[in-house]
Amino acid sequence: MIQIRIHGRGGQGVVTAAEMVSIAAFEQGKFAQAFPSFGSERTGAPVVSFCRIDDKPIRLREPISAPDALIVQDAHLLHQVNVFQGLKNDGFVLINSRQTWAEMGLDEIAARLGPGRLVTLAASDIAMRHIGRPLPNAVLLGGFAALTGIITLEAVVHAIGDKFKGDVAKRNIAAATEAYATLSHSLEVST
Amino acid sequence: MTQEVKFYQTGTFTVGNRLLDEGQRTVQASVARSNALTSGHRACQGCGEALGARFAVDAAMRATQGQLIAANATGCLEVFSTPYPETSWQLPWLHSLFGNAAAVGSGIAAALKVKAIKAGKAQSEVRVIAQGGDGGTTDIGFGCLSGMFERNDDVLYICYDNEGYMNTGVQRSSATPPGARTATTVPLGPNPGEEFGRGKNVPLIAVAHGIPYVATATVADLHDLEAKVEKAMSLRGARYLQIFVPCPLGWGAASCDTIRLARLARETGLFPVFEAEHGEIASVTKIRHPAKVEEYLRLQKRFAHLFGAHGRPDIIARIQGIADKNIKRFGLIAEEVAP
Amino acid sequence: MIDQMEGSLAVARAVALCRPEVICAYPISPQTHIVEGLGALVKGGTLAPCEFLNVESEFAAMSVAIGSSAAGARTYTATASQGLLFMVEAVYNAAGLGLPIVMTVANRAIGAPINIWNDHSDSMSQRDCGWIQLFAESNQEALDLHIQAFRLAEEMSMPVMVCMDGFILTHAYEQVDMPTQGEVDTFLPPYEPRQVLDLAEPVSIGAMVGPEAFMEVRYLAHAKQLMALERIPEIAAEFAETFGRQAGGLVRGYRTEDAETIVVALGSVVGTLEETVDALRADGVSVGLLSIRSYRPFPLAAVRVALAGAKRVVVLEKAFSVGIGGVVSGDVRMALSGIQVQGYTVVAGLGGRAIMQVSLTRMLKEAVADKLGPLTFLDLDHEIVNRQIAREAATRRSGPVAENLLRDVGTVAAMVSPRGAA
Repeated sequence: MIQIRIHGRGGQGVVTAAEMVSIAAFEQGKFAQAFPSFGSERTGAPVVSFCRIDDKPIRLREPISAPDALIVQDAHLLHQVNVFQGLKNDGFVLINSRQTWAEMGLDEIAARLGPGRLVTLAASDIAMRHIGRPLPNAVLLGGFAALTGIITLEAVVHAIGDKFKGDVAKRNIAAATEAYATLSHSLEVST
Repeated sequence: MTQEVKFYQTGTFTVGNRLLDEGQRTVQASVARSNALTSGHRACQGCGEALGARFAVDAAMRATQGQLIAANATGCLEVFSTPYPETSWQLPWLHSLFGNAAAVGSGIAAALKVKAIKAGKAQSEVRVIAQGGDGGTTDIGFGCLSGMFERNDDVLYICYDNEGYMNTGVQRSSATPPGARTATTVPLGPNPGEEFGRGKNVPLIAVAHGIPYVATATVADLHDLEAKVEKAMSLRGARYLQIFVPCPLGWGAASCDTIRLARLARETGLFPVFEAEHGEIASVTKIRHPAKVEEYLRLQKRFAHLFGAHGRPDIIARIQGIADKNIKRFGLIAEEVAP
Repeated sequence: MIDQMEGSLAVARAVALCRPEVICAYPISPQTHIVEGLGALVKGGTLAPCEFLNVESEFAAMSVAIGSSAAGARTYTATASQGLLFMVEAVYNAAGLGLPIVMTVANRAIGAPINIWNDHSDSMSQRDCGWIQLFAESNQEALDLHIQAFRLAEEMSMPVMVCMDGFILTHAYEQVDMPTQGEVDTFLPPYEPRQVLDLAEPVSIGAMVGPEAFMEVRYLAHAKQLMALERIPEIAAEFAETFGRQAGGLVRGYRTEDAETIVVALGSVVGTLEETVDALRADGVSVGLLSIRSYRPFPLAAVRVALAGAKRVVVLEKAFSVGIGGVVSGDVRMALSGIQVQGYTVVAGLGGRAIMQVSLTRMLKEAVADKLGPLTFLDLDHEIVNRQIAREAATRRSGPVAENLLRDVGTVAAMVSPRGAA
């Protein structure tokens, strides 16, 4: 079973992101379970959502305390919330930031996880270009597909089409596709 | 201009059926009336509510050709009409709770609408009334009533207003008038009886909802009451009718004075009789023989503390003030027309 | 068709397949997505003809439901928590009148202190109201139970509450197998009321009943629930035949055979418990699990059969009766009357406190060693409790309890892992 935790702020589509991961995994023939951190959080408050993916039906319903992968939609949360709590040593981390992890001072975690496991992506910038609003959730899923291979870009595109309609879906798909290409390229270069 | 012919009978202002064309006679005058609330029920002698309900429901039955369902709030009307295993109701009738008759009516109307659509009709021919006393309407049922109004559900709500909780032993409701004694507003202290400055005017609140039809009526003018029910049933959407129904037991009045008290309530101006459509007052029943409130109050033991050696003429004057204000506000007295 | 969707949407679609004629909606978290989903289906014309009423309160929601059901319409509503309490008078009334309304309860705690998260305090408060109460373990089961609920309610002329854990199920995305309209139509015949406000046969419903017959009317309500006890497994079996999967029934045992210790639970925590039982079994610990799916009527005989061979029984409850402890525990003890079994009550998950496998494992190991107290509050923070007790001992005006405790806990908004997980 793969367990993913997504951190962000109310209004960034944190819950929708987990739902899209689950739809993408379902599209790939997996069993998936996505759920929010069940808050009545207003815009801007720290929010967490969860997604489990497995080859068999998922029975466990506890929150994810030992994730295999983390998506951080707002890098400022790193100063506020212990987002790395319980992260497995061979886990993946994707952070929405223009900075590199080195610039963010995350050397220790990068070293623990090993090369190609902790990456940053300027997802809000990509979102601004395609969607016109700093909504990084779908963009990051494109990056997540490139980073982890847990879900494919095709499945992410399908999931975006499931959650959004018309032009919004089209723009989000373009943004996620660009994120996928950008991150695939940089991961290739670095390894 | 020719003057309208008035059919006054000696001593009353009721139009005698015998003087009218058959078509103009009251529903009750017809042998073909539905008798929806039939005899044998357990209401007190002189009960204004039983009388009002019989006229109102029979008129609604005639207006709908008998295609009528009633929802009833808990209260005297419910208790005296259905002592298990007997029932006086000759139409499908449902009692659920004290405070939800309007919502139950909404539910019945919703069900009927779906059934009509399934039968290929645009709207249901079967209509709905919901009814209750003033406690079940203006107090505990007020939320459901307002909800039914604002959704404009196809229900005629009839409130039988006897100005208190009679079923539980004459306690004060938000329809109890100032100065009146009830079991919870005893005639003691400097302000005996119900306090001034409290209570709510639900007919006007109903008007403020902008619903298709609001009317008040009394059991003193049954022809008017029937006409208003008929008018209400000719319309669709939320409608409200408040009928003034004296309670001999609760008011400490003689059973034979029920009609007189209802008439005096209107003729003093204490109970304005009017109609409103879509949020606007449409008509007002003028006072024909003005009366002072004292005449009305004297007939009722609930106001006995205002009279006698330790009487409170000041309070009677304040009640007269309320009547005068109503007369002015609703224009209850016809302007003198120059000959 | 198998699809990935939110639990609330799955329930909304399943309810729509049951062709309800009147739906009353009043918003309360975490039930909102269900009625929103149905509202969209009605407004969009997919579910027609159906009247969707946005009412002014839960009391009105149940009252409208009473009216429409009595007028012969298949009627549905949903609520939770304070909403269920706000409609209580009408909830009892619907049961007393024998009206087959189906209502989802998206289980949530009851305040004060106000809390929007999941536990079972709301449904448990209504266990005596005369409604049938079915509990769903998963979204698939929630969906399936609604289809069974209409069938059961209308057959018995009794209202049915389908209880599903708020947020944990209602807001969870997982795959569900959505039946076709044809399948549901085969399973669920049109509503044929036992009593109806009909012009052709005018009846008075809701007359006052005095001492001469009231006991008998109440007894018949109980007798009917006992009949439902027989019909629930039969309907579940028919459902399995039509739809090809198991759902509902009275109880479901999991590895209870020869289990020395059996944990009893209701709702979505059963999934986490299955994982826990598997892990403990792998370690050679003899444990099993009993999921109660029909809480009212309570299947005394089925519970007795399932638990009779166990040495100890742990009842895990998401609610409790202040002043004594377990709610379900009392019913389970009644089922085991005369049988010598060590009984434990564990209160867990109140107000959304996450129930973690690690805590369940620890607790069950203590139970197996008979080191568990008779009443345990799982992952209770004794430190902040003791601080408040000390505060009250020291100061008369110690202030509001909840606010004091929140100050002691510090900010929880940023907390990642729930209590007990670390």
